[in-house]
Amino acid sequence: MHRIGVFVCWCGSNIAATVDVKKVAETLGKEPGVAFAMDYQYMCSEGGQGAIRSAIKDHALTGIVVAACSPRMHEPTFRKAAAAAGLNPFMVEVANIREQCSWIHRNKQDATEKAIILGRTAIAKVMLNTPLTAGESRVVKRALVIGGGIAGIQTALDVADAGFKVDIVERKPTIGGKMAQLDKTFPTLDCAACILTPKMVEAAQHENITIHTYSEVESVSGFVGDFKVKIRKKARCVDEVACTGCGDCMAKCPAKKAKSEFDQGLRNRSAIYIPFAQAIPNVPVIDRENCIKFQTGKCGVCEKICPSKAVHYDQEDTILEESYGAIVVATGFDTVSPEPYGEFRYEEYPDVITSLEFERLCNAAGPTGGHLVRPSDHKEPKRIVFVQCVGSRGSGECEKTYCSKICCMYTAKHAMLVREKYPDSEVYVFYIDVRTPGKAFDEFQRRAIEQYNVHYIKGMVGQVEKKGDMLLIQASDLLHDKQLHIEADMVVLATAVEPEKGARNLATMLTASMDTNDFFTEAHPKLRPVESPTAGVYLSGLCQGPKDIPETVAQAGAAASKVIGLLVKDKLITNPCIASPAEPMCNGCGLCENVCPYGAITYEVKEVHREGKRLSTRVAQVNEAVCQGCGACTVTCPSGVMDLWGFSTRQILAEVDAICR
Amino acid sequence: MPMTENDATTATKPLIVAFCCNWCSYAGADLAGTSRLDYPADVKIIRVPCSCRVNPLFVLRAFQRGADGVIIAGCHPGDCHYTTGNYYARRRMSMLFGMLDYLGIERDRTRVEWISAAEGAKFAATMRDFCSHVAQLGPKNNLGELR
Amino acid sequence: MHGIKDAQAEVERISGINAAKCMRCGKCSASCPAFESMDVHPHKVVSMVADNDYEGLVNCETLWRCLSCFTCVERCPRDVQPANIIEAVRLLQIREAGENHMPPGEVPDMLDDELPQQAIVAAMRKYNK
Repeated sequence: MHRIGVFVCWCGSNIAATVDVKKVAETLGKEPGVAFAMDYQYMCSEGGQGAIRSAIKDHALTGIVVAACSPRMHEPTFRKAAAAAGLNPFMVEVANIREQCSWIHRNKQDATEKAIILGRTAIAKVMLNTPLTAGESRVVKRALVIGGGIAGIQTALDVADAGFKVDIVERKPTIGGKMAQLDKTFPTLDCAACILTPKMVEAAQHENITIHTYSEVESVSGFVGDFKVKIRKKARCVDEVACTGCGDCMAKCPAKKAKSEFDQGLRNRSAIYIPFAQAIPNVPVIDRENCIKFQTGKCGVCEKICPSKAVHYDQEDTILEESYGAIVVATGFDTVSPEPYGEFRYEEYPDVITSLEFERLCNAAGPTGGHLVRPSDHKEPKRIVFVQCVGSRGSGECEKTYCSKICCMYTAKHAMLVREKYPDSEVYVFYIDVRTPGKAFDEFQRRAIEQYNVHYIKGMVGQVEKKGDMLLIQASDLLHDKQLHIEADMVVLATAVEPEKGARNLATMLTASMDTNDFFTEAHPKLRPVESPTAGVYLSGLCQGPKDIPETVAQAGAAASKVIGLLVKDKLITNPCIASPAEPMCNGCGLCENVCPYGAITYEVKEVHREGKRLSTRVAQVNEAVCQGCGACTVTCPSGVMDLWGFSTRQILAEVDAICR
Repeated sequence: MPMTENDATTATKPLIVAFCCNWCSYAGADLAGTSRLDYPADVKIIRVPCSCRVNPLFVLRAFQRGADGVIIAGCHPGDCHYTTGNYYARRRMSMLFGMLDYLGIERDRTRVEWISAAEGAKFAATMRDFCSHVAQLGPKNNLGELR
Repeated sequence: MHGIKDAQAEVERISGINAAKCMRCGKCSASCPAFESMDVHPHKVVSMVADNDYEGLVNCETLWRCLSCFTCVERCPRDVQPANIIEAVRLLQIREAGENHMPPGEVPDMLDDELPQQAIVAAMRKYNK
């Protein structure tokens, strides 16, 4: 038997001026199931709340309806008041008679009528409310950062500084990521290594940070606060603890024909190698495909020569299992290969290079020691053509639809660097649009034109051909409506950025969603930009969308602050208004799992009673910590088994009926 | 509002059920209230967590019990609090409304709108417009008589 | 000056291409081997379609200079297919001169044993749009 209490608020004159509150209270008091009704000047005040508390006790109310302002305003207040009087806080419903009634209607009779209907609707709903208890789940005070580039390093440092343990998992043999490959950074032109390597060292030495390089995430289960992650530590064939990083093995290794990934293939490296001098950890790894020992069984020089006996050919992959409260995705990016854009003849002509290759050619630690020369004949270039938007902003199969954002700025930087190194050189930049939003960015690009005399030409390169040992470039100059033919020494292609190839696989493991370009989607494009829609998974850096270093660092810090906000909690209070299946009727069809944006639904084989029989069948299970209570599954369920606490099908139908009475 | 629409609204007094998602449209309705933007009292709002919580069954029930129009309001595409809920709502409702039209419940009696939490004015304008459209249609066919 | 007819809609109807997709990168004009012989260059043809410059389009020499080599179609990053747009403008121009349209109703009269059926099919493809 229901005993509902109705409390009608005047809100001073805000409600009382247009709604006859006395009449509303009186009418609603006569509704079946209503045991008590009153009106009061300010229900949200201490006096009003006190009246609610004593009415609950005095009249043994089983549920209450407060007809007042929007539930978005004071629902928590009234729930607290109910809880204080021993009533389950979820036995409270609010009828919005201010924002959705008194404030928008002028006619008192109409407004009063509507207020009564809204009150009746709330009464109909509250009668079907179920007492709910917010659940609790534990928080493992440890974060996992996937990716050890500048984004991952920054997030890890920020979280570690707040006192939490952080593990970094990096696929490559060293942390540092793409930024380690860069020469200078825009718009200040300070050297990338000078600002990155101290951070790498700081991360390596931080007592709260553990770095797993040459490792990959193998599987993820669990949920926010308690993820279980398996990490595969690939066999380096070198003992990380014993190795001193002396480099003797690299010097003596007879297989020296492998292309250095770090130098974009512009230099060869040994089969046992450290990617670059400042690598962390400073421990080599054996590239089995190029190692003579692994390919033919005859060699073993490095093992013999190693003074610390750190080389072990029989080392195997190991699997680590660890629990984490939060996971940060910082998988970063790659640049597309210019191969599909045949007009540039990238594969054919060594002097047609990508911007990342150009970075290595300019870098003092690069293959030429910073001496900018043509890869083909090592001559200093006199005329260089830069082409922007290669692979970006297209609509074909090989092009990315988005703007890669960083190319305009780094191309301006490259153009300036060339003009600075070789003052008698000529530099052309072919652009579609120059996009330089950012602090001091446009000024930087203007400087390339005004002070460095870089020729910016609105148009595109249509063809690159060989003429002697020079490259002949055919291009359009749209402002002069001309076709240009330029003889140049080098062509540099500003290739589009794309998310790291393995990111989709990772997204599947994390049940984090991705857009059509394989960038991770954020929980809200404006208001929650560093969280993934999956609770406890955060995004840092380029895995979420194209961005430059300052933006990456800012996002990395923001992700860290979200992680810290989660890890400081001892327990997570879960929202009890979540989906829940009526198990015996569920036939395990799998539709609800497909629509769930959070991956909160799994299936389990369970014993159920159905139609008087005991049977073992597949039924849906909702993870209470993961479900956010949107209700998508409830409508999808073909048998109507899935329901949502707090907004159940019966409750909403009762509301519809009350309105249409 | 032009005179004719006004007359039509007052003439028939349609019963409108509005399902509003908690994060955008319900907040938009609150903003319409805070901004004192008038719309007909015929509109009664039911709060749902997301437009994807609206079961076609709810719409059918409303028409069965005498509603003259049903409107579902959710976040703008791409802005859904739950990322994709409004897309589900759009697809489900376009299926349902087509079928309802076939059954004799005209297209003008059903609507899906995207109204953000900042669009109080749009909320009020949408409700005014929807009410006048429904009012112009006059009394609804009774679902029971359609068989 | 905007033409008397809706060039954009006509070209889109014939070629199925929306000229507004063009981002004005100039790749077509950069790739075009017949560039020097044209009075209006490929990128400009596309923008004239987008700007509805009907008179300018049907009177330009480019229509008859374009080799239909399809380099621009191959290279265009946004799949605007300038060569196909030029072809559509050619058709517009031919129709402007009259005696160019081939309604399906006229086909039966043309049938004769000497004429390869292929020719009629090809003519239909070209002139029925």
